[in-house]
Amino acid sequence: MKKLFEINADYQPESFEFTKASQKKAADIIALYPKGRQQSAVMPLLDLAQRQMGEEGAKAEPPHGGWIPRAAMDHIGDMLGMPHIKVYEVATFYSMYNLAPVGKHLVQICTTTPCWLCGSDEIVQASKKHLGIGMGETTKDGKFTLVEVECLGACVNAPMVQINDDYYEDLTSESMKELLGTLAEDMKPTIGSQKGRKASMALSGPTTLEKQAKKAGVA
Amino acid sequence: MPKLTINDMEIEVEQGTSILQAAQALGIEVPHFCYHDRLTVPANCRMCLVEVEGGPPKPAASCAMACGEGMVVRTDSEMVTDARKGVMEMMLINHPLDCPVCDQGGECDLQDQAVGYGFDRSRFAENKRAVPDKELGPLIKTVMSRCINCTRCIRFAEEIAGTPVLGQMNRGEDSEVGTFIGEILRTELSGNLVDICPVGALTSKPYAFKARSWELKKTQSIDVHDALGANIRIDVRGREVMRILPRLHEDINEEWIDDRTRFSCDGLNKARLDRPYIRDEDSGKLVEASWDEAFAFIAGKLKGVKGAEMAALVGDLAAVEDIVALKDLMGAYGSPNMDCRTDGAVFSAASRADYLFNSTIAGIDEADAILLIGTNPRYEAAVLNARIRKAHFERDVSIGLVGERCDLTYPYHYVGPGMADVEKMVKDYKGKMKAKRPVWIIGSGVFARPDGAAIHKALYEAAKELGVITKDWNGFNILHRAASRVGALDVGFVPQGKGGRGFASILEGTKDGSIKALYMLGADEFDARAEIGWKCFVIYQGHHGDYGAARADVVLPGAAYTEKDGIYVNTEGRPQQGKRASFPPGDAKEDWAILRALSEALGKTLPYDTPVQLRTRIVEEWPHLGEFDLIQPAKSVAVKGAGKVLKAAFKNPVKSFYLTNAICRASDTMSKCTDAFKGVDEKMLEAAE
Repeated sequence: MKKLFEINADYQPESFEFTKASQKKAADIIALYPKGRQQSAVMPLLDLAQRQMGEEGAKAEPPHGGWIPRAAMDHIGDMLGMPHIKVYEVATFYSMYNLAPVGKHLVQICTTTPCWLCGSDEIVQASKKHLGIGMGETTKDGKFTLVEVECLGACVNAPMVQINDDYYEDLTSESMKELLGTLAEDMKPTIGSQKGRKASMALSGPTTLEKQAKKAGVA
Repeated sequence: MPKLTINDMEIEVEQGTSILQAAQALGIEVPHFCYHDRLTVPANCRMCLVEVEGGPPKPAASCAMACGEGMVVRTDSEMVTDARKGVMEMMLINHPLDCPVCDQGGECDLQDQAVGYGFDRSRFAENKRAVPDKELGPLIKTVMSRCINCTRCIRFAEEIAGTPVLGQMNRGEDSEVGTFIGEILRTELSGNLVDICPVGALTSKPYAFKARSWELKKTQSIDVHDALGANIRIDVRGREVMRILPRLHEDINEEWIDDRTRFSCDGLNKARLDRPYIRDEDSGKLVEASWDEAFAFIAGKLKGVKGAEMAALVGDLAAVEDIVALKDLMGAYGSPNMDCRTDGAVFSAASRADYLFNSTIAGIDEADAILLIGTNPRYEAAVLNARIRKAHFERDVSIGLVGERCDLTYPYHYVGPGMADVEKMVKDYKGKMKAKRPVWIIGSGVFARPDGAAIHKALYEAAKELGVITKDWNGFNILHRAASRVGALDVGFVPQGKGGRGFASILEGTKDGSIKALYMLGADEFDARAEIGWKCFVIYQGHHGDYGAARADVVLPGAAYTEKDGIYVNTEGRPQQGKRASFPPGDAKEDWAILRALSEALGKTLPYDTPVQLRTRIVEEWPHLGEFDLIQPAKSVAVKGAGKVLKAAFKNPVKSFYLTNAICRASDTMSKCTDAFKGVDEKMLEAAE
């Protein structure tokens, strides 16, 4: 899906600075790369900027999630001594960088084949109905953005969604609604399988490596 | 030195040569889009696929694969043809079928290669992708839907021009080339984007919808907008110059030309002098006249004027033939007052080495330290600047600057503003120079002040002390700005003998009445109305109604550089031959012919009737001017110069890149550029400071 961004939009802040804590992290990240290859730090730094925006956004009214303003991209370009356009190229290429404000909870629903076979359409329908928004849209209170994504690699526990950094798996329409309700009240829902499944184990319990499972206390 | 076989032909190549280059050396054509021999290799178009036997069982991108010992390569197998057909079909999925209205039509890489590898119909039923067009300023027109994402323009802007503002946004089907933030591409070399774009995505804005490539007459010639003498091709339809393109010359311009050279050609049709004019003494206005009337008027006015009371000036765009004819005419009158340095420069022209770009332009590729003195090569010779930039980034050559700070597109060490800083540097570095092949590039603007000759001498001595001039290396380079300058200096169009008066003295003389008649051959680079005394009789011969014609008492219409055959000597001292592409407008004539005709009317007939006779005359006295494209190396001798160096800082003479001569000043495109880039320029200056 094409990224939505406007470079001169009202929401673009005029300047961007890393906070003290982020600055320290940034220095650590840059130090990871050999001398003369600091530009490689562009991706983690973009992520750092997005997270910082997310932290600030969580406290804002109305809240918003993590995204990267143009000012942040310029700032990172200057930090790493690379042309701004090179930062824009990276930021627009990867789908996990948001270039426009998103909701506090970025709901990414997987609709690739395995999830689709297991009923991701219902999840999409339920989410749309519950939040009253379409795909790619943000609720008026700034709490949720719905987006459709390609496979997130949790097919065993399909259907699944990713909300900010966490995976929620084995969903049904009901559990999806419940999940969104919990998040709307700023409470923390259970991460992972919503059916009580341990990791990617069969729902009925381990069918192989049973001894080891018992030893690990998951059976 | 790996040896390999391509299509059953054996070839031995240098280590690191790509298969594509080896194939080209064998004369095998490998289709390609993204590969360009002066840019980095991204291998993203996949058109150059070949089969490497014994390698992985899939086609390999030949532009990015280095030749290996014993490789067996096929460029014509079934697998290769199939693969290329697939790539071509993929490219044509989203490429619009608008060749009939595309300016690239007829000279388009994609069109040509689609003939060889394209499928005869489309199997793609979905909509074609559409991409919004980008605004890149007044020179480059974009039709981004035609883009095949080869990224040549991105690499050119970053690597050659040094203005990394283009990039590839988004991914997959949505990927597009642009500046992302609507920035204007600010580089003096932007016209080259039109040449390197293999499709019609980037085309020339002034040339849009004007002509088709196959209806143009092509003439190989030499550029006159700066002193590099870039090799160009002039494309004309009828009398009108439609466009100007670069020609390959490895030692001068490689395959680039700057925007002034390329886009000022619309100025050749504007503000032209197309018939003689005589200034009416009562109304003070220029009135149309015939050639005979004009000559009779001049003969009348020159009657009784002694040789010492006459003077001649040569402007920036004159060819050697014109200059020699004028010099001979002045010689017939016995006038010693002549000068070609109409920017007011004073420097020694006693030996050729004094005023040449001695290391040669190609010599920059050998240089290991470069010092720019009082020059902004980006404005004074943009293509040369790209070469300096290349030296810096490819070989890590350190670059210093004395004079005004400016944005050169590469980092430099700032030495200081004036001559004192050069002297300090000599003290600091004497005997400690690690560089074996140091190059000094001295802008000709440095000498355009009263103490020019003293500066010339001081710089020469400093260069000698630092080892810039040694037995087998002469890195003491003067970078001229005018195409005519070195030619005029070579034929000695400078004050003759002891009594000869130079540019400043001639202007002085017109005011105090000691110079009664002044002949200006295309001298437009100073404000003639303000600088020339009102009593002096001024003959102006040239092609544009510019500063010179505004002051003239008689105007003789000449030919522009595209309208005459002429020898131009570039700043290295390399004579090159410009060719006529079209005829001058109206009654205008070739300049040497005007001088020859005038000489007859004045009763001092010059001894040549044909261009061949004139050239024979030139070669007899200056044999090196007959050896085209060869540089006669000049032996360095001590520069003589009198006076004391003043304290003032060096100033860059070119303030506006786009308006440096009469042709540019008449060009609409150039004035549009000046307007469009004004804001950007100011920002750049601020950043540089």
